[in-house]
Amino acid sequence: MDSHVELPQLQEQFETPAQQKEVSTLGMWIFLVTEVMFFGGLFLAYAIYRREFAAVFGLASNSMDVWMGAANTAVLICSSFTMVLAVRSAQIGSRKALIVFLILTIVFGGVFLGIKGIEWNEKFVEHHVPGPSFHLEGTEEQGPAQLFFSLYFTMTGLHALHMIVGEGLMLFLLWHAYKGKYTPSYYTPVDIGGLYWHFVDIIWIFLFPLLYLIARHQH
Amino acid sequence: MAEHVASLKSYTLVFLSLLVLTFATTLVATIDLGPLNVVVALFIAVVKMMLVALFFMHLRHSTILMKVVVGGGMLWLAILLVLSFSDFATRGWLPVPGK
Amino acid sequence: MITEAVEERETYLNASYGIKSWLLTKDHKRIALLYLHTITFFFFLGGIFATLIRLELLTPKGGLVSADTYSKLFTLHGVIMVFFFLIPSIPATLGNFFLPMMIGAKDLAFPRINLLSWYLLVIGGCFAMYAMLAGGVDTGWTFYVPYSTNYSNTYVIATGLGIFIAGFSSILTGLNFIVTVHRMRAPGMTWFRLPLFVWSNYATALIQVLGTPVIAITLVLLIGERTLHIGIFDPARGGDPVLFQHLFWFYSHPAVYIMVLPALGIISELVSVFSRKPVFGYKVVAFSSVAIAVLGFLVWGHHMFVSGQSVYAGLVFSFLSYFVAIPSAIKVFNWTATLHKGSISYATPMLYAFGFIGLFTVGGLTGLFVACLGVDVHVHDTYFVVAHFHYIMVGGTIMAYLGGLHYWWPKMSGRMYPEGWAKLSALIIYLGFNLTFFPQFILGYLGMPRRYWNYPDEFQVLHVMSTAGASVLAVGYLLPLIYFMWSLRYGPIAGPNPWGATGLEWQTSSPPPAHNFDETPIVTTEAYDYAALEAAKVG
Repeated sequence: MDSHVELPQLQEQFETPAQQKEVSTLGMWIFLVTEVMFFGGLFLAYAIYRREFAAVFGLASNSMDVWMGAANTAVLICSSFTMVLAVRSAQIGSRKALIVFLILTIVFGGVFLGIKGIEWNEKFVEHHVPGPSFHLEGTEEQGPAQLFFSLYFTMTGLHALHMIVGEGLMLFLLWHAYKGKYTPSYYTPVDIGGLYWHFVDIIWIFLFPLLYLIARHQH
Repeated sequence: MAEHVASLKSYTLVFLSLLVLTFATTLVATIDLGPLNVVVALFIAVVKMMLVALFFMHLRHSTILMKVVVGGGMLWLAILLVLSFSDFATRGWLPVPGK
Repeated sequence: MITEAVEERETYLNASYGIKSWLLTKDHKRIALLYLHTITFFFFLGGIFATLIRLELLTPKGGLVSADTYSKLFTLHGVIMVFFFLIPSIPATLGNFFLPMMIGAKDLAFPRINLLSWYLLVIGGCFAMYAMLAGGVDTGWTFYVPYSTNYSNTYVIATGLGIFIAGFSSILTGLNFIVTVHRMRAPGMTWFRLPLFVWSNYATALIQVLGTPVIAITLVLLIGERTLHIGIFDPARGGDPVLFQHLFWFYSHPAVYIMVLPALGIISELVSVFSRKPVFGYKVVAFSSVAIAVLGFLVWGHHMFVSGQSVYAGLVFSFLSYFVAIPSAIKVFNWTATLHKGSISYATPMLYAFGFIGLFTVGGLTGLFVACLGVDVHVHDTYFVVAHFHYIMVGGTIMAYLGGLHYWWPKMSGRMYPEGWAKLSALIIYLGFNLTFFPQFILGYLGMPRRYWNYPDEFQVLHVMSTAGASVLAVGYLLPLIYFMWSLRYGPIAGPNPWGATGLEWQTSSPPPAHNFDETPIVTTEAYDYAALEAAKVG
């Protein structure tokens, strides 16, 4: 009972802080598995239609800006690096470093979303947004071409939505880090926030080759 | 469970590897390997995923339960993809109209 | 005198007062009661639609409602019963209440997420109710494309959003249960000392977590197709309507195991306590729950034999579907072996258990009939299939749910229900159920299609029998609603263990205190150790 009084963060249903941390971590990993299955449906649709319409998908993929895609991949990798350093800072009790790395993570996340916004705008200008004014040059199969871009926008859109939620999470962590809430004995939210952030990075690690690199050798 | 504090060096190494692999996958995509292009691209993506999961997400030092959870997730995605493909990949194999 | 003593003792019911103490509770027991109210509401709402369906089908030419309205009736019946009643039912009520107690924990791992789960179900339900009141939805609960995306003029999106939100309720409950069973068991409560009800809720939770996200993305794509015409299911764009069915059934087949696994867990508990014997082959029964959860993910294509799916895929799915029957059959055999030489009592929960075993067996066997590719070509989309799944869902799940509700009622409320009325209701339900649904097997085999508002004259006799059965069933369901409520005020006070059962939930008072146990229990006995219980009584 005493431990419950000394550690205000220890919730009633737990016996020890260690149990609470393990439970939170396990809970986040299971949540990430649900996210794998959630995105999984989109990956299935993508795989089926890419196989069916290989040539058109290749053509559509080549109209993407591979360097923006690659840059975005690098940006997210940087953000994962700063995130893991943030967790490490919390672990060793460096509050200032934690704050700096969280800010950097948020900035990298913002850069990613910015580049994505530019890309989407380009697609809009090029008439590659599915709808009445869609047209992809170089093919008769405008239907399947639109299918590529429907998948592109749905997958990157859903990913971007997860990034925005991630940014919100990071801001939440930043605020509490600033208030001095995280110590080497309690930094679970930073840890599991990191898990979420890395997961969103992993999704992009797959989206990049699947959407941007289908037929680059056929340029 | 990250009670084990990883070194700055190991994190930096993983970070640089991820950047190198990103560059590599972009470059390899410009070379015509026929059907192997997809295989190589996915292989590199999987390696990058493993690096992020094992090192950045601390899976390497996690309990067996966490590893089973992650493995289970991968397996279930595979079930969705493979069994669905058992339909899409075998259409037209029999001379039955529409099948 | 006894009444006064009970009212003085602090329980989870009187620990705090006022609506805020319920709507903002973190107590899994209170959340279970919140769910109980919600799903009871949805059950009777779904029942109203069933009543209208059966009334329409009394005469061959119909005429009670238009054809379009009839489509809305069966759609809303299905959507409400599946997503807002059956899926949450046992886990969110009895599971929520008893899983932590059975493992000796103070609460679930994430109490606030538990409360959030309830709110998500209610919010999802509001979307569905809005759709219902604004004009309904007529696509069938399966929302097949292209009708749902391109042609239906009803509230598909609102209903889809409601189901999407309710799906997250289910995912979070599953997540909560998995983490709780792994990490919150009391000292000495090893995996193989867990009650089988915990094993089945655990297996159910695995399905909830792995399957529900796929229907979530399916609904997103459905709404995207309907609003933005993204083309993913549209043949004119190169899309494939069958892809929708793959994505839909990848969840919706395992979903039927979400609906039945917890029921199977209840039956294990009831068979054990009312024959005063441990469940025969405990480990095998425990593993069979997990086997059902896993195998259930490998068979979804058996809903798509005539959809345009390739024949080879049909063969694969048909073959795999036979395997999933094995663990279910194992449970039935093991329950039978448990009953053998048991000291059997015919209390109401046991009557429901007996009813379950018979009806679930019929439902399960007819499942094997339809799993056979050749047979399914003839009975797909007929009343044969309707009868098959109602035998499992109603003859199975609902009977088990009622059995569990009666069994655990004294623990939850501190009162006993009236045994005479309860036995009568169980009998009425059993007879009403069979009269409603057995004729439907015959109807389906003779060719009566499902989702049809009219039919040839020669089917009328069977339809009239079915509707007569439905009215009997309705009476059977209303009686418990009445006497359970009656018992809260006038039922005899129940002690901590009116059934003399094993299990940690019976070691604490009825109703339990807010924190479940006065001291964390330390477990030293195996599950269902009735021999030790009898020995202790004599000693």
